[in-house]
Amino acid sequence: MADSMFVSILSAAVSSGTPVLYAALGELVCERSGVLNLGVEGMMLVGAVSGFLTAVRTGSLAAGVLAAIIAGGCMGLIHAFMTITLRVNQVVSGLALTLFGTGLSGYLGKSVIGVPLSATFHQVPIPGLSSIPVIGTVLFKHDLLVYLTYIVVPFLWFYLYRTRPGLHLRSVGESPETADALGVNVFSIRYASAVAGGMLAGLGGAYLSLAYAPSWLENMTAGRGWIAVALVIFAVWDPFRAMLGAYLFGGIDALGFRMQVMGSGVSSFFLKMMPYVFTIVVLIIVTATAARRSSRAPEALGTPYERE
Amino acid sequence: MNALKLVFEKREAVSPAYKFISPLLAIVMSLVLGAIFLLASGFSPLKVYYYMWWGAFSDWYGISETLVTSIPIMLCALGVALAAKMLLWNVGAEGQFHMGACAAAWVALSMPGAPAWQVLPLMVLAGMAAGALWALLPAVPRAYLGVNEIITTLLLNYVAIYWVEYLVHGPWRDPVSLNFPLSAPFSDAARLPFLFGTRIHWGLVFALAAAALIWFVLGRTKWGYEVTVIGENPRAARYAGMNIERNIVLSMCIAGALAGLGGMAEISAIAGRMTRQLSPGYGYSAIIVAWLGKLNPWAVALVSVLFGGLLVGGYSAQVIGVTAASVNMLQGLMLFCVLATEALGRYRVRIVREVARAGKEVGVDG
Amino acid sequence: MGTVDYAVEMRDITKRFPGVIANDRVNLAVRKGSIHALLGENGAGKSTLMNVLTGLLRPDSGEIRVRGAKAALRSPAVAIALGIGMVHQHFRLVQTFTVAENITLGMPRPRFRLDMAPIEQEVARFSAEYSLAVNPRAKIWQLSVGEQQRVEIIKMLYRGVDVLIMDEPTAVLTPQEVRELFETLRRMTADGKTIIFITHKLDEVMEISDRVTVLRAGRNVFSCDTRDTNPRELASKMVGREIGRAPQRPSVAIGGPVLELHELAALGDRGITVLNGIDLDVRAGEIHGIAGVAGNGQRELAEVITGLRRAASGRVCICGKDMTNSAPRSIIEAGVSHIPEDRLGMGLAPNLDITLNAIMKRYRSGEMSRGPVMDEARARGWTGDLVERFSVKTPNLRTAVRLLSGGNSQRLLLARETSCVHKLAVAVHPTRGLDIGATEAVRSILLKERESGVGTLLISEDLEELIALCDRISVIYEGRIMGTVGRDQLDLEEIGMMMAGMATAAKGDERSEASV
Repeated sequence: MADSMFVSILSAAVSSGTPVLYAALGELVCERSGVLNLGVEGMMLVGAVSGFLTAVRTGSLAAGVLAAIIAGGCMGLIHAFMTITLRVNQVVSGLALTLFGTGLSGYLGKSVIGVPLSATFHQVPIPGLSSIPVIGTVLFKHDLLVYLTYIVVPFLWFYLYRTRPGLHLRSVGESPETADALGVNVFSIRYASAVAGGMLAGLGGAYLSLAYAPSWLENMTAGRGWIAVALVIFAVWDPFRAMLGAYLFGGIDALGFRMQVMGSGVSSFFLKMMPYVFTIVVLIIVTATAARRSSRAPEALGTPYERE
Repeated sequence: MNALKLVFEKREAVSPAYKFISPLLAIVMSLVLGAIFLLASGFSPLKVYYYMWWGAFSDWYGISETLVTSIPIMLCALGVALAAKMLLWNVGAEGQFHMGACAAAWVALSMPGAPAWQVLPLMVLAGMAAGALWALLPAVPRAYLGVNEIITTLLLNYVAIYWVEYLVHGPWRDPVSLNFPLSAPFSDAARLPFLFGTRIHWGLVFALAAAALIWFVLGRTKWGYEVTVIGENPRAARYAGMNIERNIVLSMCIAGALAGLGGMAEISAIAGRMTRQLSPGYGYSAIIVAWLGKLNPWAVALVSVLFGGLLVGGYSAQVIGVTAASVNMLQGLMLFCVLATEALGRYRVRIVREVARAGKEVGVDG
Repeated sequence: MGTVDYAVEMRDITKRFPGVIANDRVNLAVRKGSIHALLGENGAGKSTLMNVLTGLLRPDSGEIRVRGAKAALRSPAVAIALGIGMVHQHFRLVQTFTVAENITLGMPRPRFRLDMAPIEQEVARFSAEYSLAVNPRAKIWQLSVGEQQRVEIIKMLYRGVDVLIMDEPTAVLTPQEVRELFETLRRMTADGKTIIFITHKLDEVMEISDRVTVLRAGRNVFSCDTRDTNPRELASKMVGREIGRAPQRPSVAIGGPVLELHELAALGDRGITVLNGIDLDVRAGEIHGIAGVAGNGQRELAEVITGLRRAASGRVCICGKDMTNSAPRSIIEAGVSHIPEDRLGMGLAPNLDITLNAIMKRYRSGEMSRGPVMDEARARGWTGDLVERFSVKTPNLRTAVRLLSGGNSQRLLLARETSCVHKLAVAVHPTRGLDIGATEAVRSILLKERESGVGTLLISEDLEELIALCDRISVIYEGRIMGTVGRDQLDLEEIGMMMAGMATAAKGDERSEASV
């Protein structure tokens, strides 16, 4: 019994970690190009609401996911325009994006609060793999959007470290002057990364509203966008570590939820605090030890690029 | 090749006239953008804006409600601005506000029979102390380990809000509240007095005093000088022997104390008991207000009143079916417009006819 | 000379920036296969001209011909495609990338999948061909400055560059490395490549170049074959007047030690040991110079002494008192002034006005305040006095420091640092980037300090400057003091050897009391 509960918590950790993982991967790409986007929370919310609205109106999940990706991309584009073209402070622009996205999503979603979704993402156990004991249930009895991360994470790693566009992306985040001098187009790479980051955040939002908890609630991301930003630091800008971090967060979340359901005696409000407290503690530990690590934040992160 | 091209030329200095009109320009821009959203969802923007204006500024009641709403925003924003002067992003005013309210409520609920002169000062102190402590939690790791304070202050907001939820659902729930998440009402002694026969309360005096004090401290004292230098160039400050770590902790704590005071004033004067819905996001509006006021305490106070009006106007626009969220959206738009107009002030935008001859333009793009 | 084969011709290049004309109808013609020196003071417009040639800046007017054909150099990529590349003074390298990754950066092929092995082999080939030894797999931050320069050169060769611009390439090298570099450059010209060599050092012009062009204040002032000119003529063309003699150095009684370092060690920003077993002293009334190639621990040495960096072990004694790892403020109060390397980044707050910068080390004292409240009138009065005494040229005291020229901001910094009561001055590259007039002013301030009995630790890369000013010179290499020589036994060759890390007879503790 204890064993199967353990497995179900792990499985829940994967699905609970998935929206954060998408958002963290998006932020990772964006930050690798030197653009800090603190608007992840807003981008996720806009993604979640547009995905949900579209799915309700069209009845098509695919259309919902696509809409979320596009909406997230548009949000990323706003940030790109503000910070790359206008060279506005990236922190302030990101905060503005979160505030705007929170307001916009609430505004757009008013009409669909409490509306049920006709079709939601279902579990699609992968034949063969899903029957492996423990691992099969934990990793291979999920919906398609979870499986997509199994492709996105290694692809992103390969892209960043084993391809020329990836090399150029990283160079723009480390030393845009160097990249520019060698003919790498700093502006278009940063634009593309910021938009891609928004798309992934939007997808993360859609996972929440279409698969994880199929519904729309104001502020339904509940800080997951910020946790994603913290995860990128935890992950030292590496996709696989971001995956690990997301599942760790998902585990805490799932554990709290499980304890709540079972009636552990601890107030459910304390259990709900756990993921936030956990993230803060992890962030402090990671930052305190980061100085000793060789890989650190992209050198040019947060600084707008301007030719002399 | 004869093409029109938008060209950004860097200005040497922002013109003084532009500095003055840019906030106005930003407000106009955001109203126009907001109008587009309103139109898209089937409202007449003019009607909505008229209702908002009417609700917030047309009569004495509207104005007093605007001022009442501006009090918590002002206190939070003054703190945010002070921290921002030192390049610290206190995104946690919302949480500090709630913790301040909790501590004040705790004092009020545990001294039911005490006279006002005892209980009110204690509530003020408790509220400020709790806000300061809640800001201390992220301030210390920021100062001594360099932990990103934006993320930590923000995540602590969620913790603070769940803490309030816990209190009103659990130990503090009033048995006669019919299962609503509310505490018992405070005694009259624990209610901050109103002024001028309206709902405007002593919090406004606190907020204006805080603005005056911050203005004086920043501009005229040694500590204010340190804050200025640290904000302009932390390396120079350290080189000149200033203790940056201590100043980070100090300014964050002051910011937290101000937000905590806001929470105390709100719960004591307006709510009169602990509830879940103390703030429609005052702490977040405060960030926009601080930036819109260019971190100047008097400007922040003024912009707070505008934002109070925006919220009150938003409530009255709900009469014709505009949701409260649209006000949040408008706030976000406003911040974007402020940023954009500020940035544009640094450039001279020209439309040039690009001729084949290279070297005529100074482009920003690659 | 109608038949001369020019690699590059720049005609009537004009480039304006807001408020200044950086290049005013400048001409430059570089013969193929030659080394062409571009000589000028800081701010003469050399860098602007070269940034135009490499496509980083677009000229307001003028024409560029590459191998006789008119060229529109719209971007660095276009310039490189035309075979023009530049090695900047501040290297353009991605620190966290490997050598090979830096070299392949920006290349069109392979388009997607990146296999480093063939690229590394090719890098190794170039490195062997021009004897530019460097490991293709090393990360840039692990390399010495000289090696990083080699990576920059290989990067250009790899791109098929045949006009290579070198911006002050010797500033960061030891004399021995300079010789190696010159060897490489000669090998390259023998291969038919063309070099444009930017410098303000006359002896280098005479040694390496075939032809020289002198710029002053954004204009051409002189151009001729190197063999037809001499250093004197070049100097007067460059400066626009005869250069003054080295400042007088009256003899001063040397007092007791104001700074003693014992077995001092410290870590750098990356957590690697950058100072190791430093033993050193500075006495009242002497200037003790620290020579060495940049990046050998000089900055960290100054920071440890002034309390801005923690000492890992060892002791720092100021005026006989152990002040190891004291707070910067206590060290300031113990009488240490500091002229940092990074003037605008550390020494001043560029956006604040002159007064607020001038009082930075004095605002705590009672004379500027009443209790916690500042006395603005007195602060301005005091600053006005200071600005006058040190002849800082400024419209008024409310002018932001960033609007001052380099020389004037350095004057302000020195005014502030030398006006407080102090016994030890730590000066790091105090004349770097200044024009000749400002340099002379700074040097005479340092000498005045010496006469008033202050002990000065002068960290500089400019050997000429050290020789002109110092009573003793110690050489730092990889965080160790290689040796100390007195003024009366200076031997340039020996200092050069020590700068390259070769130990000689003189060891740290062997001191020679020196006075002139």
